Amino acid sequence: MSAALLQTEGLCKSFGALEVARSIDFRLDAGARHALIGPNGAGKTTLLNLLTGVLAPSSGRVLLDGADVTRLAQAKRVKRGIARTFQINQLFRGLTVLENVCLAVAERLGAGGAMWRPAGRRADVIAEAARLIELLRLGDDAGRRIDELPYGRQRLVEIAIALGLEPRLLLLDEPAAGIPSAESHILLEAIGALPRGIAVLIIEHDMDLVFRFAEHITVMVGGAIYAAGTPAEIAANRDVRAVYLGGALDA
Amino acid sequence: MNLSAAAREYATRHRLRAWEALPWAAGLAVFLLFPNHLAFGTQVLITILFALSLDLVLGYAGIVTLGHAAFFGAGAYTVGMLAAHGGWSEPLSGLAAAALVAGVLGLASGWIVLRTHGLTLLMLTLCTMALLEQAANMGAAWTGGFDGMPGLEFRPLLGRFEFDVLYFRTQYLYALAVLLAGFLLVRLLVHSSFGRSLTGIRENLLRMHAIGAPVRARQVLAYAISAALAGVAGGLFTQANGFVNLAVLGLDRAAGVLIILILGGYGRLYGAFVGALVYLLLEHTLSKAYPTAWQLGLGLTLVLVALYARNGILGLAEALRRRRGAR
Amino acid sequence: MDFASILLGGLASGMVLFVVSVGLSVTMGLMGFVNLAHGGFAMLGGYVLALAMRHWGLPFFAALTLAFVAVAALAVLLEKTLYARLYRATELDQVLFTIGLVFVMIATVTLAIGPESQVVVLPAWLRGQTDLGFLSYRTYSLALIAFGTALVLALWLGFERTRIGAQIRAAVDNRRMAESLGVDVSRLFTLTFALGSGLAAVGGGLGAEILGLDPQYPLRYLAYFLIVVALGGLGRVTGVFFAALAVGVLDFVLKFSFPQGGTMFIYALTLAFLLARPQGLFGKRA
Repeated sequence: MSAALLQTEGLCKSFGALEVARSIDFRLDAGARHALIGPNGAGKTTLLNLLTGVLAPSSGRVLLDGADVTRLAQAKRVKRGIARTFQINQLFRGLTVLENVCLAVAERLGAGGAMWRPAGRRADVIAEAARLIELLRLGDDAGRRIDELPYGRQRLVEIAIALGLEPRLLLLDEPAAGIPSAESHILLEAIGALPRGIAVLIIEHDMDLVFRFAEHITVMVGGAIYAAGTPAEIAANRDVRAVYLGGALDA
Repeated sequence: MNLSAAAREYATRHRLRAWEALPWAAGLAVFLLFPNHLAFGTQVLITILFALSLDLVLGYAGIVTLGHAAFFGAGAYTVGMLAAHGGWSEPLSGLAAAALVAGVLGLASGWIVLRTHGLTLLMLTLCTMALLEQAANMGAAWTGGFDGMPGLEFRPLLGRFEFDVLYFRTQYLYALAVLLAGFLLVRLLVHSSFGRSLTGIRENLLRMHAIGAPVRARQVLAYAISAALAGVAGGLFTQANGFVNLAVLGLDRAAGVLIILILGGYGRLYGAFVGALVYLLLEHTLSKAYPTAWQLGLGLTLVLVALYARNGILGLAEALRRRRGAR
Repeated sequence: MDFASILLGGLASGMVLFVVSVGLSVTMGLMGFVNLAHGGFAMLGGYVLALAMRHWGLPFFAALTLAFVAVAALAVLLEKTLYARLYRATELDQVLFTIGLVFVMIATVTLAIGPESQVVVLPAWLRGQTDLGFLSYRTYSLALIAFGTALVLALWLGFERTRIGAQIRAAVDNRRMAESLGVDVSRLFTLTFALGSGLAAVGGGLGAEILGLDPQYPLRYLAYFLIVVALGGLGRVTGVFFAALAVGVLDFVLKFSFPQGGTMFIYALTLAFLLARPQGLFGKRA
């Protein structure tokens, strides 16, 4: 078995008496299409925060390419190829779409701290940001401020920013949440068109999206992994249907 | 605006516009037209530089501080003490020393206090400044204590231009030149990738971490640069006026510069100019005759600005222009 | 001066700091509102007390009650009309607004009453000395200590035992959670803001003897009130109590031992302490 891109061993996290992650062993291979599902409060976002370094685990390890990154700061993990989107938009609301994406691209290209050269002279940064904006069909909004955009369009900027970091592993926290159904196809196409080299872990409640997209599904309940397998296995798993899927598949 | 237009705007935003020569032409015009008001003019220029330094941390990096006068004071006292005790009264190197001392102080205190945020950060900046104020008060042998150091003399600028105690001619042009240099530096910084990333930190800290930016290092660096600039403004103050006292690093001065910047409009480079000019002109004409009414008016203005005009005078002007454009 | 006298003196001024600052801590903890105008309410309370006694001949405690009621009513008015608009505003806007408000208060008092210091005349039985057996000390300082202790007990009981107290604690810990459980946080805030400002008014009146009373009062003691709140922790009644006593005693001791630079040590200690524990004495770690 080849080495996993990302792996956790016995990952636990508790806030006081509240256990939000219980001994999670999780594995993600290069180029994976993986979905994380489970009821609200199951600990999905917590796991994401542990993987990205927003939270430090109470015990257990996080391995990236077999190297221990458990204590590595968030910014350092980004440099090693982990990017994420947020469940609730975290954008630079007073800046334009282009500026938002440029900030991410500039960090990735190591230009973020340059003090003497105008940002406007980094043609490489601007070109790459423009390419991503086209990819997500945000071209007409490129010069508009985030707080002038409808929420669904903002969701796309979230993804453009994450892609601007050129990740090897992309963590999407409920990307479809809040997008009107008329626009959700743009998102679906964008996610579907991601290069196979990028491993994607998606947290999502929309089961259509999950089953269309994922090749692996992990089900979390109460801070622990409840079941894992291919979409067919999960769909056939009676316990999972009982606790979570229920009507979504019977329909 | 479509993508190519937006990209073009982004790529050319840092370029100097023709109208940007206007403030400097106006500065020179004042020198020629109002030779009797250059002492006041010099104070305005120094205040602009101080407010500009605050704009870098407050307007761009989004760090709310109540103690920025600590660095103004550090620069002012550095220049004063060097001249009084070390006989080091050459102006330009004095300013360099002021920048160095204030910058190092900013680096050290920023490294410590920028771990915190919110009320704690406000308190720590306030405490740092109060600490310096008390130190200056206590170390009377070096600082002159409560009375400060009056009657300081400085060598001619560039070895040729004597400081002019009565009409401030030399001081005015000197302050104008230093302000121009400081302004160009700040302008360069805010249009650089570094400056853009400061704006990112102001807009969304969480997201800035998530794109892998070394957030705290950038904040501390910005804080130190801003402190050094405030130090230069303080050093200019001492050199231009020939004295320094405790008033350079009190809460009054820190709150004053904050008010000036907000009044003009923060995070927009020229807010410091507009704010300092308007505030000092009003203060100059009103506060001596009607000090209490001045304070009342200032208080009401602040309340109104906080409620209705958060982007200051320049923000109001922009909104008006937009409205006219939309019509 | 012997040790016990210094301690009592420090405790008395610490009690004043507590009475003034406790409301600030709770309102800041509840709404995260940076209210730099809090000292202004204390000053107004002092003025109501002094003027009601001098001009209307009200007895001390009647005037003190009037100060509480009048300032609390003003606070509700200001909260409903102005503060409420800035709950979601940035810290900077709140700082600006409350500095402006302080200026307005200072200028109004100066214009209406004058820049000079006011004297609060104490009733006869609070003047003079009381014999404690082991030492004789100023009656008023002892009364302040007794009052402060009674107040912290009452507030503590109110916080721990009443429904409203429980709601306030819940909202300080996690506002969103409390709101989702049906707690009306903005109504709570109005209530605590009124109570806190009223207490500040009482503190300003009672403390006039120690801190003095003139229009510059709110700015002169701003740093002290903020230090006490930051040290005690936001929304922590007992934390603010101990922080106020510690600052009061330390300040008294240091000013007595180093008349030149006593306050410098307070600032230095505050800096050091907040760096070690940014959340204050009793605050919760973020």
